[in-house]
Amino acid sequence: MLLAVLSGFIFALFLVPFGKVLKGKWSILLSVLPLALFIFFLQKIPQVIDRAILERNQWVPQLGINLDFNLDGLSLIFALMITGVGTMVFVYTSYYLKGHVYLDRFFGFLCLFMGAMLGLVLSENLITLFLFWELTSISSFFLIGFNNEDPASRKSALIALSVTGLGGLCLLAAGLVIHGITDSFSIVDMLQSSTLIQDHSFFMAVVFLIFGAAFTKSAQFPFHFWLPGAMKAPTPVSTYLHSATMVKAGIYLLFRLSPAFSGSEFWHYSLWCVGGATMVYAAFQTLFRDDLKSILAYSTVSALGILVFLIGLGTEEAMLAGLVFLLVHALYKATLFLMTGIIDHAAHTRNVSELSGLRKVMLPVAVAGFLAALSNAGIPPSFGFIGKDLIYEASMHTGIFPLISTVALVSTNVMLLFAGFLAGLRPFIGPLPTKYKDLQAGSPRLWVPTLILATLCLVIGLAPGLISNSLIAPALVALGIQDYALELKLWHGFNTVLALSATTIGLGLGLFFLLKPSLNREELMLKWEKYSPLAFFEGLGSLTFRFSSLWTGLVQNGYLRNYILVILLFLMALIGYGMWGNFHPNIDFSQLLELTLYETGIMAIMLSAIVFTVFTGSRLTAVAAMGVVGYSLCLLFVFYSAPDLAMTQFAIDTLTVILFVLVLYRLPKYLPFSDSRVRVRDGIVALGFGGMITLLALGVLSNPVVSEVSEYYSANAYKLAKGKNVVNVILVDFRGMDTLVEITVLVIAALGVFGLMKLRLKSRERIR
Amino acid sequence: MKTLILRTASNYLLPLLLLFSVFILLRGHYLPGGGFIGGLIASIAFVLHAFANGLENTKSLLSTHPGFLMPVGLTLAVISGLAPGIFGLPFMTGLWYDEAIPVIGMIGSALFFDIGVYLVVIGVTLTIIFTISESA
Repeated sequence: MLLAVLSGFIFALFLVPFGKVLKGKWSILLSVLPLALFIFFLQKIPQVIDRAILERNQWVPQLGINLDFNLDGLSLIFALMITGVGTMVFVYTSYYLKGHVYLDRFFGFLCLFMGAMLGLVLSENLITLFLFWELTSISSFFLIGFNNEDPASRKSALIALSVTGLGGLCLLAAGLVIHGITDSFSIVDMLQSSTLIQDHSFFMAVVFLIFGAAFTKSAQFPFHFWLPGAMKAPTPVSTYLHSATMVKAGIYLLFRLSPAFSGSEFWHYSLWCVGGATMVYAAFQTLFRDDLKSILAYSTVSALGILVFLIGLGTEEAMLAGLVFLLVHALYKATLFLMTGIIDHAAHTRNVSELSGLRKVMLPVAVAGFLAALSNAGIPPSFGFIGKDLIYEASMHTGIFPLISTVALVSTNVMLLFAGFLAGLRPFIGPLPTKYKDLQAGSPRLWVPTLILATLCLVIGLAPGLISNSLIAPALVALGIQDYALELKLWHGFNTVLALSATTIGLGLGLFFLLKPSLNREELMLKWEKYSPLAFFEGLGSLTFRFSSLWTGLVQNGYLRNYILVILLFLMALIGYGMWGNFHPNIDFSQLLELTLYETGIMAIMLSAIVFTVFTGSRLTAVAAMGVVGYSLCLLFVFYSAPDLAMTQFAIDTLTVILFVLVLYRLPKYLPFSDSRVRVRDGIVALGFGGMITLLALGVLSNPVVSEVSEYYSANAYKLAKGKNVVNVILVDFRGMDTLVEITVLVIAALGVFGLMKLRLKSRERIR
Repeated sequence: MKTLILRTASNYLLPLLLLFSVFILLRGHYLPGGGFIGGLIASIAFVLHAFANGLENTKSLLSTHPGFLMPVGLTLAVISGLAPGIFGLPFMTGLWYDEAIPVIGMIGSALFFDIGVYLVVIGVTLTIIFTISESA
């Protein structure tokens, strides 16, 4: 299973050198990867029906982070959707973006995304779940912003990334808190300690963070806005991300963790509220849209709302309805998106008000659209009918406001039916405008995948037995629902649910025939845009931008002297705060050695050199005087028997002086640039910092000397490291790791100098 | 600073100082010295040569850019750290050959690590000083 997950990443890597060859007419061959994965997961079904497959791969066992994968019923449904719809999208893309310069790159991103999604739904570890979660955000950023020359496309990619990335951080935080409670990152462990989590004082925090992750990813109100924005992406991306994968990740998370949280009122009622609000709000929005993709985007948000709502209801029936609707939605929404792409590809418009009669030129597409619209509307004998039945069943038998729930669901479904018919039917009926006479459905690579998905909408409706025992039942078990008398069928007899379905269909069709699509209505809605969460989010973004430019101007202003000043002042404040109140210099002067003549002499030399440095009128003299200070220090090291240190210091001081001379030699004659006030200020800061370091040294002296470490080193230098020079043994053996990092830092510094000095930008590359 | 005396002296000093730096490097394990200080001394030898004969002459003497010593040294240090892994020992465990080699003394992974440090220090110092003096 590890290989299955990683294959997407490996394949993407493989496309870097070989993509150029494959992006021509052979690009359809790339669909082999999702197809193979689909078959791989398909043949796992018999095993999964028996029991979940758990595969453990150690990664960072010390931290409990492992690439553990758990293939149970729930993961299997998602994995099949990801790879199945993925196959269709891969085939479709090979023609849709035929001849695109960056087709290989696009397939690379798709592979990355598919791998990340598979990892997400298979992860058994909260941290790897988070990793794959973020990888889907990042790869979807590339996919949404694929038309990177279009500013609007870049912007919506950035918005999608920031919203879903924010949610990802919530997920990480949730994982850490859960680890704090259960002492394990394993999801299975977590689900088993549900009471432990629910009784913990951090329970609310966990739920909030999980919501933060799921609602941003699955575009729940008020984070829904990134999804309609992400329609700037090429249609295959929209199909893949919004029907079966990315946006379903949040739903997956809620499904997956629901056994741990079910029973908590907060969990159920919040999901009920948010899901309910989202489904009604987004379905309402579809009434005002004219752009096909925009209609589909809002109806997707609405469908996700229904799923969250059902998880919120939380009964066994609701979970079943949720699982079935998940599949229903994936199938018909993918079909509708692919269909939209074909229309857009041929007619170069996606506005419903401009499209009509297309059945005469692209019959297979029209059939696909019609089947998808049927399933979306829940008209028998489509698969959607079964889904809708189950949803109404669940909402009528729930403990949370059954009447309000049912009314909300019926009205949402009425509007969704309208949206589905608008997208799947409207472009194909009516007279064919003359300008569309020459349109064609295009290559079978476009309409065959569309038709396959559409046919599945019908086939599963006619034969629900195909999925009931193989997919749905194991998924219910994964959700902790054992021994459920599962029976999926079209005909349940005359009952309230059937009446509700009939009402929905009647009202929806009425709405469809009454309300004609028009651009005006869309404009009406756009007027309210400035009060939307999107506007708020963008405002927040520009505020951050303004603040950061202000802050950069203040702190990172490019003057070295200011940097040093800030660093010194900050250090002083920090050290001063640390020493405040617990500074008790207590030095036993009788313990110290007497001052010798040499030392006094050197101190005098140092002091006079410092005075000389400060007051001299020439840079070179100042540098030379600094060198004198350094050499005097070396002498002190020699007196106190630290020959290694002294030697190094000698060499370093020599080189420093040489460097200074090299730089300063070329500068113009010394001029006083700063006025006396600045100098006094600098002097005070310098004296203050020096004084602080002195106090610190005194403070250290007054503490008892801990000699354990140095004794260990001197005792074991020869025994363990076969060296007699303890200093060097520490450098190359005991603390060799430090040295390794230090020389690496040195190299980085040298490369930095080299880059800064040698880099000669062409004039057009320069800022200003 | 192209005085005849300094120039003549530096031609003799360069090999002497380089030899001295290697001496310092090798004695490091038992007596004051080591890779870091050895590298600094070697760099000073080249800098002195550059002062006396001009940067161009020193560079032509070196034939390759001193910057190449950086990756070489780093790789050597890392390899000497990884080498114990062959024997199943943790990263950077000291390995020693039992017999002493004439002139050099005991051979062990720490020595190679120190040589790596030595090369990196020369590379870094000379890169910085050469770059700055070329651009100044």
